[in-house]
Amino acid sequence: MKQILIFASFLLALQIARPIEAAAIKVVATTEDLAAIAKEVGGKRVQVESLAKGVQDPHFLEAKPSLILKLSRADLFVQVGLDLEAGWVPSLLVGARNGKIQSGGPGFVDASRGITPLEVPTGPIDRSSGDIHLQGNPHYWLDPMNAKQIARNIGEGLKRIDPGGAGLYDRNIADFSNRLDEAVVRWEEKMKPFAGAKVITYHKSWPYFLKQFGLAAIGYIEPKPGIPPSTLHLKELIELIRRDQVKVIIMEPYFSDQAPKFVAEKTGAKVVVLPPSVSVSTGIEDTFHLFDHLVNTLSEALR
Amino acid sequence: MRSILLALAVLGAILGIVPSLSAQEGTTPLTRSAQTLNPEISLDGLFSAATFSDPEHLQFGAHDPNKRGFTLQNLELTLAGNVDPYFRGEAHLIFGLEAGESFVEVEEAFLTTLSLPYGLQIMGGHFFTRFGRQNPLHPHAWAFTDQNMINTLMFGGDGLRSPGVQISVLLPLPFYLELIGSVQNAEGETASSFLFTPDETFAGRPILTRDVHDAGDLLTLGRIKSSFDLSETVSLVAGTSHLFGPNGTGENTATRIHGVDLFLKWEPLTADHGWPFVTLQGEAMRRSYEAGEATLDDGTVLSQERFETDGFYIQSLYGFKRRWVAGVRYERSDATDPVEPASGARWRASSNLTFYPSEFSKIRLQYNYDKSDDRDDPIHAVFVQYEFLIGAHGAHTF
Repeated sequence: MKQILIFASFLLALQIARPIEAAAIKVVATTEDLAAIAKEVGGKRVQVESLAKGVQDPHFLEAKPSLILKLSRADLFVQVGLDLEAGWVPSLLVGARNGKIQSGGPGFVDASRGITPLEVPTGPIDRSSGDIHLQGNPHYWLDPMNAKQIARNIGEGLKRIDPGGAGLYDRNIADFSNRLDEAVVRWEEKMKPFAGAKVITYHKSWPYFLKQFGLAAIGYIEPKPGIPPSTLHLKELIELIRRDQVKVIIMEPYFSDQAPKFVAEKTGAKVVVLPPSVSVSTGIEDTFHLFDHLVNTLSEALR
Repeated sequence: MRSILLALAVLGAILGIVPSLSAQEGTTPLTRSAQTLNPEISLDGLFSAATFSDPEHLQFGAHDPNKRGFTLQNLELTLAGNVDPYFRGEAHLIFGLEAGESFVEVEEAFLTTLSLPYGLQIMGGHFFTRFGRQNPLHPHAWAFTDQNMINTLMFGGDGLRSPGVQISVLLPLPFYLELIGSVQNAEGETASSFLFTPDETFAGRPILTRDVHDAGDLLTLGRIKSSFDLSETVSLVAGTSHLFGPNGTGENTATRIHGVDLFLKWEPLTADHGWPFVTLQGEAMRRSYEAGEATLDDGTVLSQERFETDGFYIQSLYGFKRRWVAGVRYERSDATDPVEPASGARWRASSNLTFYPSEFSKIRLQYNYDKSDDRDDPIHAVFVQYEFLIGAHGAHTF
């Protein structure tokens, strides 16, 4: 009996020690892209944090205890999904022991819901093809029009845990979508002269972006997703670039520039480092900044 | 009995106030992988080739390369998945070979709660005791080919694991602080510092069969684990562990083990597939084994005596180029422990180089220099280890 009393008072002590609930809804997103859209939807009713920094590769994040701590206090959790974060989110969610945001809980949002994924593998697949995503290419946030669906998904989640804010969330989503429609006209205008241009990318992370702006990737620095290039593969790539007069090699800031530079030197193509993510610390503060930056940098390089 | 019922009632009350999850059906993403109700399945094969300067070496870890020639270190089948909105279940089954005979071992099988309030989490089943950093790791996650000396000395060849229950709480503080407590059975080969098994001996004393009379006859762990991000690129995990349990050399004899552990990792934000990185890890442990009085078959009487054993390891890994990791380890133990043929002081230095063709395979070359007081010559050992993992992506722990 005594042990039970001690246990009960232990629980009571924990209850008292809990921090007072802040008024804002705590949203934790896996990437800064999702965090930026959550801010658009939630406005002042939410306080948003991102687990990955924009300059980090969201495939390979360390499951640090500090991230578990953030998730343990979250009201809403937003992930990119399509297995992008499969290497680190599952263990963080178990460690966070937060029922609200477990898969299937009211505060769990998979932002890929309702998105039409590209490059969904057909036929049997295995890892001899490299890091293949069973459900399709997960870099869908790089099509600006997909940001509308991401906003709707986040809005659904927010309305579940905060029905009182439903009106505001709906207004914010409508406003965000309108601003996107306007901006896309501007971005498409800028990219129009380069329609049909062929590019090389490091990883298969740009198909949504390229499709939206009428460009095509005809080769990759990686022979297979996640597999580093061999000399033979780079040789073939150099021939391809020469034959098709490719001007641009697109790579993310976190990949090694050794192979792209080597290929560029041999062919005269330009290496263009494009951030695939909103990144507040480097000055790319929201979705609009990101696409402005991508479109400006790329159109400059393709000229 | 009454207190157990009350405890169950309290637990039930806690589960009862968990916010309802069932109302959210239909909001889960209907993705292709989620459309299967099969658990996540993976198979890990870990093999090595070894040679020693002296065949009478001191490699006592059950998953160590332990003979000149080839060793199947570990073939581990893992099944894991969410049971329902409240629990996650996982099992790790080991297949092994001993003198040509195949055997199966239940390494771990347990469930974990996902949604208890107040930062609480309960684990129940058969699991590695969460003592320090190395003990709960499965062999394929080790940074070196073989088990640390101090772990083998304290917890036997297979690591400390047993059926039981664990409760932990993540405290509502501005930094990561987790308190862990567990109660487990104290007998068997996987609890060698405790009740162990009746055909064994400790310091010349036969291990007796001891029944469980009260909670003091079970193995109790208390652990504090904390973590801080020192900067955006450097994180620290530090902990202390304390184990209390009965041992098999008498009716009322007990063993205590205390440990401290530290882990530091540097990785730049712009790491390419996780490279480059540097880690530093160390653990120190001290065991106090109270051996009971024993009368041997030849009439010798061994009096009650306390045996103190301590040791540490410190290791560092440097991921210097994508897919490549170099490691060094230094270990020392001072064991006044006649169970191990290497009694007295012993130290070992190891270095290795690992190549990871992908996240799912590795090849490792390792050299050990092993020196103990009771031998004139050091033992040199060279291992080549290789691993494959097929199936579900394993969870990375930090």
